[in-house]
Amino acid sequence: MSELSKLKISEARDALKKGEVTSVELTEACLSEIDKAGTLNAFVHKTPEVALEQAKAADARKDGGDLNGIPLGIKDLFCTKGVATQAASGILEGFKPEYESTVTTQLFGQGAVMLGKLNMDEFAMGSSNETSVYGNAVNPWKRGNDAAELTPGGSSGGSASAVAADLCLGATGTDTGGSIRQPAAFAGITGIKPTYGRVSRWGIVAFASSLDQAGPMTKDVRDSAIMLNAMSGHDPKDSTSADIAVPDFEAALTGDIRGKVIGIPKEYRMDGMPEEISKLWADGTAMLKDAGAEIRDITLPHTKYALPAYYVIAPAEASSNLARYDGVRFGHRAKLDAGDGITEMYEKTRAEGFGHEVQNRVMIGTYVLSAGFYDAYYNRARKVRALIKRDFENVFADGVDAILTPATPSSAFELGAMKDADPVQMYLNDVFTVTVNLAGLPGVAVPAGVDKDGLPLGLQLIGRPWEEGELLNTAYALEKAAQFVAKPSRWW
Amino acid sequence: MSIDTETARRVAKLARIQVPEDKLPELADEFSAILGFIEQLNEVDVDGIEPMTSVTPQRLKRRDDVVTDGDQQKAVLKNAPDAREGFFAVPKVVE
Repeated sequence: MSELSKLKISEARDALKKGEVTSVELTEACLSEIDKAGTLNAFVHKTPEVALEQAKAADARKDGGDLNGIPLGIKDLFCTKGVATQAASGILEGFKPEYESTVTTQLFGQGAVMLGKLNMDEFAMGSSNETSVYGNAVNPWKRGNDAAELTPGGSSGGSASAVAADLCLGATGTDTGGSIRQPAAFAGITGIKPTYGRVSRWGIVAFASSLDQAGPMTKDVRDSAIMLNAMSGHDPKDSTSADIAVPDFEAALTGDIRGKVIGIPKEYRMDGMPEEISKLWADGTAMLKDAGAEIRDITLPHTKYALPAYYVIAPAEASSNLARYDGVRFGHRAKLDAGDGITEMYEKTRAEGFGHEVQNRVMIGTYVLSAGFYDAYYNRARKVRALIKRDFENVFADGVDAILTPATPSSAFELGAMKDADPVQMYLNDVFTVTVNLAGLPGVAVPAGVDKDGLPLGLQLIGRPWEEGELLNTAYALEKAAQFVAKPSRWW
Repeated sequence: MSIDTETARRVAKLARIQVPEDKLPELADEFSAILGFIEQLNEVDVDGIEPMTSVTPQRLKRRDDVVTDGDQQKAVLKNAPDAREGFFAVPKVVE
């Protein structure tokens, strides 16, 4: 039965419609794979009862849509009614939401099956899934015969690991600075961060509200298109959700990109970029050219300032969003000493409940928003953000349809390798992805090759706002040309 | 810019996170590293640029100021660490 969990969403959909397989069979196959993959630590709250109930209902449904009966993993950041939702943080220990996020409501409404909740960095703050209260998620990929365990990336590390190891057919992720695209690249899968406002943020634990977007993480581009369709759409409960019609993204996948203009930004050619990444980028460029696209050198002059601007804006918004974790309404409350008042309760609760990285970011955010520094840091960062967005608007106005860049500056690194590094070293993982969040654009990571150790490498395509269909089509053309078929050898 | 221990203590207090005295120097060093990285923003000419306030050019949706939901007291209190008589319970706030 284990072969069933290897199916793509599109394949399972077709098999379900033809009656060749049932959702219960698919779901049981995935649950069995999850049970055997404990060492990957991808699923942190398993929900087999919910899954089988949903699967039975899906099998009974006669007119199910594309996701009817499809078993998925859900990142721990999505509130799921009655099911533990902790954002991988100790401060939300025991929290079981009384409501369902809009994204999961839509997925389940279309018949999708929830296998469980997926590991991630605490509050989505991290690039290696090492800040999680559940412990590290582990990448199913290894460097040849080297026993060292590698990071699946972050923050959606559990999602990437689960999809790459065929524990589920697809997974939800969220992306604030690269948290879908970097883990997708590290695990050899596809992930898209849609345009800001395409997918409702309601019921997703907030990190940085002006940057957060949810998206799918899947085994190929077609599956991302199918899942994104189900996740998208206007939601009155999210005031930044766009009231714009959602086109059929799968129908956009023709593979025809003749005449499309692909921009290659010179600022993404970083000093000290590994030869393998440069070659991957050049190969990807050649593939799109061979497919009939016009390749154009472009400039995005403020690229260098994206990460520093991000590390003002994201912590500032986080410090505000995370103020709600105070031990009053939900989650952890510290044990108090005699005479402790409400301030001590806040301070002790937050010191015990938040991990090191989250504490630091909340405090950095507090600092850049504090009286006397607000203009120098926060307002300046927001001005630089406007310039970064303008860079993209300029190249799109000049006729560029999509931009091709590497997804990450390296392949997956060893868990623990960054333990003693300066935090800024970890932040550099997002150097190619963070610009896209600042500008609110859609970006997709597609596996395009392997490095000398056989580890997957990804390329990123950045599209115009609201044109995920066209972006996914370009990604589809790249996927067809790259023919990435490698899979991790099973060791878990 | 270098952050001193006193500033680290003040920021921790503002953020309502208890940081033991002996951890403050380490925290100050970490802040200094991150703020040093952020300082690069001073190289950018931002004269005449408005701070970005909206990711996509849309006016925030509005709705009538009316009650749309209610009678959820049980659900609201369900996850509270301490709830009594239909309220959140906290340590004494006023002496």
